[in-house]
Amino acid sequence: MTPLQDRTLFRFFRDVLRHSVTGSLRYHLWMGSLTFLMALGTYAYLIQLNKGLGVTGMSDYVSWGLYISNFTFLVGIAAASVMLVLPAYILHDVDFSKAVLIGEGLAVTALLMCLAFVTVDMGGPHRLWHMIPKIGYFNWPQSMLTWDVIVLNGYLALNLLIPFYILFSHYRGRSPKKALYVPFIMFSVFWAVSIHLATAFLYAGLPSRPYWNNALLGPRFLASAFAGGPALMILILHFIKQNTDFPIAEETIRKLALIVTVAAQINLVMLGSELFKEFYAPTHHSQSATYLFFGLKGHKPLVPIIWTAILLNVFATLLFTFHRTRNNKPILLVSCTLLFAAIYLEKGMGLVVPGFIPSPLGEIVDYFPTWIEIAVTIGIWALGFFVFTLLVKAAIAIEKEYETHHRSEPH
Amino acid sequence: MSRTKAFLFGQTAEHQPPEEYTYPLLPPPQSTQAASASPSSTSACAAPSSCGCQPPKPTAVDTPYKALLKADLQEAEPADGISRREMLQHLLIGVAATAAVASGCSENLEKGSLNWEEYFKKNYRVMTAQERTDTVQRLERLAQMRNEKKPSIQTKNAIPGVLYGYAFNISKCKGYMDCVEACIKENNLDRKSGMQYIRMFEIEKGKFNVNLDHADGTYHHEVPAAGHVYMGTQCFQCENPPCVAVCPVGATWKEDDGIVVIDYDWCIGCRYCQSACPYWARRFNWHEPVVPNTEVNPIQHYLGNRKRKKGVMEKCTFCIQRSRDGKLPACAEACPTGARVFGNLLDPNSEIRYVLANKKVFRLKEDLGTEPKFWYFMD
Repeated sequence: MTPLQDRTLFRFFRDVLRHSVTGSLRYHLWMGSLTFLMALGTYAYLIQLNKGLGVTGMSDYVSWGLYISNFTFLVGIAAASVMLVLPAYILHDVDFSKAVLIGEGLAVTALLMCLAFVTVDMGGPHRLWHMIPKIGYFNWPQSMLTWDVIVLNGYLALNLLIPFYILFSHYRGRSPKKALYVPFIMFSVFWAVSIHLATAFLYAGLPSRPYWNNALLGPRFLASAFAGGPALMILILHFIKQNTDFPIAEETIRKLALIVTVAAQINLVMLGSELFKEFYAPTHHSQSATYLFFGLKGHKPLVPIIWTAILLNVFATLLFTFHRTRNNKPILLVSCTLLFAAIYLEKGMGLVVPGFIPSPLGEIVDYFPTWIEIAVTIGIWALGFFVFTLLVKAAIAIEKEYETHHRSEPH
Repeated sequence: MSRTKAFLFGQTAEHQPPEEYTYPLLPPPQSTQAASASPSSTSACAAPSSCGCQPPKPTAVDTPYKALLKADLQEAEPADGISRREMLQHLLIGVAATAAVASGCSENLEKGSLNWEEYFKKNYRVMTAQERTDTVQRLERLAQMRNEKKPSIQTKNAIPGVLYGYAFNISKCKGYMDCVEACIKENNLDRKSGMQYIRMFEIEKGKFNVNLDHADGTYHHEVPAAGHVYMGTQCFQCENPPCVAVCPVGATWKEDDGIVVIDYDWCIGCRYCQSACPYWARRFNWHEPVVPNTEVNPIQHYLGNRKRKKGVMEKCTFCIQRSRDGKLPACAEACPTGARVFGNLLDPNSEIRYVLANKKVFRLKEDLGTEPKFWYFMD
């Protein structure tokens, strides 16, 4: 270990790097498998770069597919980290203070994955510099996509800056100054809501696609994110608790479960409201929903997906709602997994693809992702797991060392 | 008069190029005999004579830009008024020339420096007149180096006092699709994917509605079929275009004559505009587009029918390269039934104004407030 007085920024990064390359055989196997999957994704992406986006299942009819579905879902996961930050820093709920660093790591990871998914979806990724203000032509404030670029990158910066400051202070054996970082945390709380609203407005601002052009889309994005994100956090915290001696209070998981419960219930209320609007008095604008839930003119590829998602969603929400099932750890883990899967299916393929069907001229063309899209998607998820593992491993090591030396000091 | 639209279906298969482009013997640069257009032929050159990398003939050197190329390839001669851009070019070409000794192929290096300048050029909207001229020269030279038919790319601006509008007579259209064929040829549309800007719909009489619920956009039989009407769609050049607002990089905009255009070299291919268009008017290049060299229409406009590349959006521009020259768009000219009316909305004596004043016209999805400049009417 580097002596405390020699701990510079350079040594911080050197020690972080050392933490990331040392570990058990299981750790190396895990990182090795992820590297293999990333290589597979890279291979598929190179084919796509070379031949064009025509190697995907997308077409002029369904012009966004698996990539943008994953992007939309992951913005929600990034935004959900606010559900840990808010109680930990602002309500001074000490229970969350350990989990919050992990939450911020998850936000950073989800944002990197978002940026990766957007980049692989571009027809001209090498022309992305056209978006840089002043040098290029940044069509702000007209284009919602430019708003999304601002809020996502801003949120990424905030979620890198805050944990970096706390970890670097702890690394140097110091207590971080609240006056320095709490204002940024307050800011990040509002910012988190804005990233998911901006992403929802990207869709909701298109009158050409009645399925998305819906005032409930933004709130529903938030509700589903605040259910799915913390559900994933519970699974991660449980895994960390089981596999390391990083102290995570059982209370943290219990409170997170409560957050998931409320958000999942609100999400179901909104789903019911949407279904009522689409199917009580169906109009021409209900065709996309009809395509999604029941199929249209014999085309029904998404029907099994959406009903699986709804059943899982309702079942998981019920398990969360009853105290007995929520407080039972093995059942809680199952319901978290089911809910996460349900929201991934519903918000991914269930939101983006039916918005394009039928086309504005009434034509129905289905969308099926190709192996290239699936391989690239798996590669980006592997990248996410890889980055998250690195971030969390380093954070835990630094925090544990700080704890052993400064046990008496409050956070 | 009965025809089928078989030409469209036969055509795509016929012009399908081989999967791999091979150039055992390239014709000289100015020839138009090459079998097909290649996106990038990067064959390694051992000797200049065997790969066609000959210096351009001095007679072709007439502009300052080309003078610089000549300076590199022959002997340096002073060019007056050297700008910073040209200095950079000198530098690049100088570096390139040094490497040329090793590789023995200066044409690849010239191509590299042209592509470099093309990559860093500005959005067409903010280019100066000189920058526009420069990029056109680069594009024309690059086409020549790819052994394509030499294009003549215009940068003609909107004519003051002109606002283009279009009207479509549903009673007259018989679904022959001559408009579609003319559009493909005029606008150098990708033959490989069978891209079409115009969609033709066949609708059973009595089932007509503005949502096109019972419209068949894939009919393939002799027309006109009894008991059916035909209706074409294309880009409606909205006065309030939703596609323009959403573009994150301002690569698409409405010109002063009302035509919504795309800077193909500025588009990043995010396809947000395609989602925003309520009329399904935009087409994406999912693959490298292919137009056989013999079929390339060389009369082009920077914002119109010039060569596109994979990963960018394109759309109907009311044939900007024709309409700004006072001609009808190819579709209107090709229509054998007189169903297509095109003209200047600001000219009170134009045919389009007559139609708007005297026919019962309607537009698609007026509730969206996009204000299309494309009207339908019936006699």
